[in-house]
Amino acid sequence: MNDGVVNDPNIVIDARGVTRRFGDLVAVDAVNLTVRRAQVYGFLGPNGSGKSTMIRMLCGLLLPSAGSIQVLGLHIPAQADALRLRVGYMTQKFSLFEDLGVRENLEFLAAVQGLSRREAARRVEELLIEYDFADRQKQLAGTLSGGQKQRLALAGAVIHRPELLFLDEPTSAVDPESRRDFWDKLFDLADEGKTLLVSTHYMEEAERCHRLAILDHGRLVGDGTPAELIAKLDGRTLRVQAADLRRAREALSAAPEVAGVAQIGTALRVLTHTQASPQRLQTSLHDAGISADVQTTTPNLEDVFVAATGRSRRAGEMSP
Amino acid sequence: MNLRRLGAVMLKESRQLRRDRVTLAMIIGIPMILLLLFGYAINLKLRGLSAGVADQANTSASRALVMDMMATGVIAPKMAATTPQELTQALRRGQISLGIVIPPDFEARRFDGRDVAQVMVDGSDTVVQSAAMQLAQVPLDTAPIANTRPLELSPNPISVVSFYNPERRSAVNIVPGLIGVILTMTMVLFTAVAIVRERERGNMELLIATPVSRAELMVGKVAPYVVIGLLQTTLVLGLGVWLFRVPIAGRLIDVYAAAMLLILANLSLGLLISTRAKSQFQAMQMTFFVFLPSILLSGFMFPFSGMPPAAQWIAEVLPLTHFLRLIRGIVLRGAALMELWPDVLALAVFIAVMLSAAVLLFHKRLD
Repeated sequence: MNDGVVNDPNIVIDARGVTRRFGDLVAVDAVNLTVRRAQVYGFLGPNGSGKSTMIRMLCGLLLPSAGSIQVLGLHIPAQADALRLRVGYMTQKFSLFEDLGVRENLEFLAAVQGLSRREAARRVEELLIEYDFADRQKQLAGTLSGGQKQRLALAGAVIHRPELLFLDEPTSAVDPESRRDFWDKLFDLADEGKTLLVSTHYMEEAERCHRLAILDHGRLVGDGTPAELIAKLDGRTLRVQAADLRRAREALSAAPEVAGVAQIGTALRVLTHTQASPQRLQTSLHDAGISADVQTTTPNLEDVFVAATGRSRRAGEMSP
Repeated sequence: MNLRRLGAVMLKESRQLRRDRVTLAMIIGIPMILLLLFGYAINLKLRGLSAGVADQANTSASRALVMDMMATGVIAPKMAATTPQELTQALRRGQISLGIVIPPDFEARRFDGRDVAQVMVDGSDTVVQSAAMQLAQVPLDTAPIANTRPLELSPNPISVVSFYNPERRSAVNIVPGLIGVILTMTMVLFTAVAIVRERERGNMELLIATPVSRAELMVGKVAPYVVIGLLQTTLVLGLGVWLFRVPIAGRLIDVYAAAMLLILANLSLGLLISTRAKSQFQAMQMTFFVFLPSILLSGFMFPFSGMPPAAQWIAEVLPLTHFLRLIRGIVLRGAALMELWPDVLALAVFIAVMLSAAVLLFHKRLD
């Protein structure tokens, strides 16, 4: 079954049981993934959760230890060479040449990607304008700002008009405004029918994805549209207001039904393991000598992340 | 191999090289510094050793022997003595490095075939000592049966007759060899570092995710360095001829062909190193593993024939050893490249083996 060709042309990536070990460390653990055409598919997970490793395996840059991968109908890693002509890959670290100019970088990539001389010249002009580098053509890439570098890297990744783009934390070193602009560009590309697989650890970016996979310790712990994922948490998020927030938080953290507590402004945001009644929690706090007001609140993607990974909210507590 | 892609890699590499000031400075600086150092400062062959002469015989033949010794240029007369004791004293005080004693019964010894003269030497410097040993080889032209055998020296001194360099000028010997040393130092390092640097900076991950092939990438990256290697050859050769009057006996085209072989050998070795090294620092360390034995064992610093067999086997594997034989043959003895075909073959085999290993070991993957 696993080795069968995926006939549905709308399925761009089909990964089954993909595992990658580095010595004793299991970086990616039996991940199943299906990505459909013209989607912006998000990979959400903390650092070290296996996002980069998974993307590298999907590009054919790393061999999987187990499992089967099909990308654009090609078996990976066996047909990785054929795949390289049809995908764009933007690495986590800026990987264009810092000692080459903007135009020189694009010209190099165009040639390496196999564009003819005439085609390359036209495409480079087009991208210089589209990505707003017309007046910086000669500037060395190393002297660009973080946001400009990412824009240039994206221009380089799409120079050969790939059907599928892999972007590994493209906005990790970029200011918020440039990040929003960058994501607008990604959606423009999706509108053109391209498929994008984007890893991120920003919630507001993950929220914009058509579909989302949450990775934790190499395992897939959540998969669905952001709305679906959030809907699953209905009734499990509570807002607690108390006079002594510190004591309330200690009491809540110790309670068995509580999955996570975080201070948001002057209130606590509580995530429970199952549907919880605000009254019961309020009573148990009251019994512990803490007067508090507990109310149900709408879940958000951050809660999804905490519920799935069960740790980041606590980590957030450590560094307010 | 796609020529457009290959061209793009070469152009990219040249552009980066043009902006890399440190490397550019090394390309010109290393040859200049080494040439001047070896040409002027580090003089392995001595000239003008101060000498004292005690000619107690004072016959025409003894005076001729002394004049022959002076004519080599190795010694310069500093003092005339009457007894060997005076010379020993002067030696001890460091006034002279070398004393020549010709005993009163010089003529009788000459006819009996006994030792006719003694060369006393300040043996604390081995280079001076070896110069004295050579001096002891000066023949007595009027007496074919006689032999100047020094009493204090080995009874069978190594016969080093400087046939192609009678004036014993070291530059003549050093400059052609220096081309090889410089190419070994710079070419291996530049290529090894050029690829590892891309890996360190993350460029490699981008490159291997593109359709560029292994061969396009490797050939494109090293091709600009071939030009640089030939430039360095020209620089050293030009300065050698201009500053040190090194005569080029052979054909210039053969010199460049030999240099080309060494450049390619070193570039392939650099590529091989680059596939294994994890960081630029490691690449430099690995380069040194090759560079040091090359300098010491190739025959550049010490004569090849004097080394123990094990060292000679190692030396036979080093490209510099074969290049030195080629370049000295061409520049100093006027040999044609193909007369020295065993060394040409050795270099060709080295290039083929290293290049294949490098391409095989270079994966378009990260693991």
